[in-house]
Amino acid sequence: MVQFETVIGLEVHAQLKTNTKIFCGCSTQFGKEPNENVCEVCSGMPGVLPVLNEKVMEYAAKMGLATNCIINKKSIFARKNYFYPDLPKGYQISQFELPICEHGHLNISYEDKSGEPCKKRIGVTRIHMEEDAGKNIHSVAENASFVDLNRTGVPLIEIVSEPDMRNAEEAVAYLKSLRSILLYLDICDGNLEEGSFRCDVNISVRPFGQEEFGTRAELKNINSFRNVHKAIHYEVARQIDLIEDGEKIIQETRLYDADKGTTHSMRGKADAHDYRYFPDPDLVPLVIADEWLAEWQAAQPELPAERKVRFEEDFKISEDDADFLTAEKDIADYYEAVLDSYNEPKKVANWIKGDFMKELNQSEVGLSECKFKPEMMATLVEMVDKDVISNKIGKDIFNEIFTAGLDPAKFVKDKGLEQNSDSSSLEAAVDKVLADNPNEVEAYKGGKKKLVSFFMGQVMKETKGQANPGIVSKMIQQKLS
Amino acid sequence: MSSLIEKSLTEIHSLLIAGEVTAVEAVKACLDQIEKTEPEIKALLAKDGENALKLAAEMDKLGPDASKPLWGVPVVIKDVLATKGITTTCGSKILENFVPFYDATSVAKLKEAGAIIIAKANMDEFAMGSTTENSAYQTTCNPHDLSRVPGGSSGGSGATIAAGQCFAALGTDTGGSIRLPASFCGCVGVKPTYGRVSRYGMIAYGSSLDQIGPMTRTVEDSARVLNVIAGHDKRDSTSVDCEVPNYIEALAERTDLSGLTIGLPEEYWGEGLSEEVSEACKNAIKKAEELGAKTVPVKLSMTEYAIATYYIIAMAEASSNLSRFDGIRYGHRSKDADELIDLYTKSRTEGFGDEVQRRIIIGTYVLSAGYYDAYYCKAAQIRRLMRNDFEKAFESCDLIAGPACPTTAFPVGELTADPLQMYLMDIFTISLNLVGMPGMSLPVGIGKDTNMPVGLQLMAPAFGETTMLQAANVLEKSLPDFSKPQQI
Repeated sequence: MVQFETVIGLEVHAQLKTNTKIFCGCSTQFGKEPNENVCEVCSGMPGVLPVLNEKVMEYAAKMGLATNCIINKKSIFARKNYFYPDLPKGYQISQFELPICEHGHLNISYEDKSGEPCKKRIGVTRIHMEEDAGKNIHSVAENASFVDLNRTGVPLIEIVSEPDMRNAEEAVAYLKSLRSILLYLDICDGNLEEGSFRCDVNISVRPFGQEEFGTRAELKNINSFRNVHKAIHYEVARQIDLIEDGEKIIQETRLYDADKGTTHSMRGKADAHDYRYFPDPDLVPLVIADEWLAEWQAAQPELPAERKVRFEEDFKISEDDADFLTAEKDIADYYEAVLDSYNEPKKVANWIKGDFMKELNQSEVGLSECKFKPEMMATLVEMVDKDVISNKIGKDIFNEIFTAGLDPAKFVKDKGLEQNSDSSSLEAAVDKVLADNPNEVEAYKGGKKKLVSFFMGQVMKETKGQANPGIVSKMIQQKLS
Repeated sequence: MSSLIEKSLTEIHSLLIAGEVTAVEAVKACLDQIEKTEPEIKALLAKDGENALKLAAEMDKLGPDASKPLWGVPVVIKDVLATKGITTTCGSKILENFVPFYDATSVAKLKEAGAIIIAKANMDEFAMGSTTENSAYQTTCNPHDLSRVPGGSSGGSGATIAAGQCFAALGTDTGGSIRLPASFCGCVGVKPTYGRVSRYGMIAYGSSLDQIGPMTRTVEDSARVLNVIAGHDKRDSTSVDCEVPNYIEALAERTDLSGLTIGLPEEYWGEGLSEEVSEACKNAIKKAEELGAKTVPVKLSMTEYAIATYYIIAMAEASSNLSRFDGIRYGHRSKDADELIDLYTKSRTEGFGDEVQRRIIIGTYVLSAGYYDAYYCKAAQIRRLMRNDFEKAFESCDLIAGPACPTTAFPVGELTADPLQMYLMDIFTISLNLVGMPGMSLPVGIGKDTNMPVGLQLMAPAFGETTMLQAANVLEKSLPDFSKPQQI
């Protein structure tokens, strides 16, 4: 049977975090009343002209630098012509020939299906600047359609990859890496659900060993990394089935349906379209001065890849941990802030990876709104580390102190949760447990040494988890020997 | 005819500043003349007489402000320019009741300088035409002969000046649309260097070619208006950020043409040129020589490609520029559309006239996949060669002179059935838009066959308006006055 190889290329649209739109002074603020952030320019009134917001060029160039691109000294804006109610001018100002950035790459690391760590270099074909479109809103109740132009003219960069990825794991790793860099550069808030980070997946299959690409489909409407994974798996299977049935793949745009986990053909708008690109005569060619480029280069922040290496070297943590901790800028910042108060990198890392992430993910608020400050985290790790409280108590109270943002030291003190290392009171508890469980004591003496953990559990219950496990364990073994 | 409306802009401005004429009197004189002449001329679309009088009265109350170079001067604005609160149709049904909530930069600057807007001028729909016959509303008549066209597309602006309805009008020039009607109506019309005047608020036709300029009765008047509207505008990225000379002061610096070399391109003086235009222009050149100018032959060998190149670029840009008129947010929307594509097709079919649709179709074609390289790219290459051509010609002369148009104004309806012949009317004006250089039409005579005005075109290198205006001013003063308002 023929084995197939998957070929994936990605187009990412990232909304830039500028205060104003790309070609006018309107605010880019999300969540306003429909058509509140609109002026004569972004609503395409007769006679108006676009003027480039220079922040957009700066942000695009910074992303180019971060992905090892060549920054073109001269780049050109072009018009992409098509009719749609959410596109007021009847064309989108974008870049076609001569985009601002070209010929870059990104190194990704990921685990393959069998859990093996892998590394790969993915080519970045180009990054270009463009304006976002508005939103059409269809009301069944009023039997009418409305257009909201608040999003019209919000700046985007489109980051186009080479068709270098061969499976869903690589695609997702590449997307996560791009998103991470955007967040480190602080130029995009990277929100897939709200659409500030959108990805279109170009996907085709070909028999292993074949050089030319198969016919591709472009998947749109995928709003989470998990769905990227699912959509690719579905689409690969669909295409292979078609080929095996002797049918042809049609080059088309397909929408992903998250509820059904399937893709379906999107007829109309995007297909068979001739966009009639030509240079926009309203915008002069963009020329980037050497000194601007030097300035931006100098101002580049530490990026995830560099930070990861620093974490491994300075904190002596594993590559996996470093990878995890640096993937998101705010997590890495938090981690370093905890270390400022309590410098035990490995132990802090374990807490962050474990309970902290669990609570953070459940809380559905971003780290910036998190009430549990790094100093609190440091105090907690230190208290466990120094046997002030047991690890178990630490885990038990974590939800409460995390959610309310409580000082762990005060909380433990108020609730009297300090670990009990007082041998006389512990001895009483041990004696009680042994007396209450004569059968188990018999069995232990008969050779079932594993029962020590049963006795431990009972003592912990008796002491409400506050007993120092080291002392108790020793005590039990002594008494039963 | 009131004697006031026979004054030039410069004269009326002096009287206004001196307090000898009030702003209300100036506006009233114009409104009276409009009432008298407009039924025949049909130069104007929206009229704003009431507001103009109100504004004039308020200005009179405060008294003349000598710091304002157009204080109290009634002006007319081509309907392609957005005027806050005044209906702006661009000569099209698709914008029939459109009232902008913003001013074009050039309009705002006129207001700032004290000018009073009294009306909007008729034009070919979306500035596409050479006669004003493509207006969706009315055909403007030439004040020199009502059976003839005023030229286009700024025909309303040319006719309103020739009829004495105002003291200055703004026109726009994409392929000759200021110079051609200036030539046909016997007034002065200046197309500045591309980038000299902000295009913000001008409803775009061919964005890389469009430029706004003055149409007046004298060169000095045009210099005065250009002084006001020229300059960088941060809302127009293509407006050039370089110093604007004082064009009026510069006029006083030259009283003859000594030391000036005028290039005469053989391509402009040969075949296709009517005898009466040739004669009137040659007489003017002879006069220039008497005034001290030296003339030399120059070559503009790319001229034969100008029309083809222009129509590819202008129509390509127009096809995209006019996409925003889709019936969704403003303008005409078809009442019997069932679905989106229907709404677009019907609104645009009903809203746009034939010539506009023709140009959108051609422009769409030349940009489409597979044709882009053969048409648009090739045209862009030729455009660069044309610029080289002009730059080379200007190495041996300061100005280039030729006729503005091959003929004088022709009868209404004569060329409407023959678009290609109509396009040829732009043969002498179109090159300058492609190379972005300034040009103007100066009335230099009356054609002996048609008895209609003849315009001489002067052309200058980029940002060479000063020399061009100086030479035109000297020449104008040594010729009979051809630009007095016409008796209707």
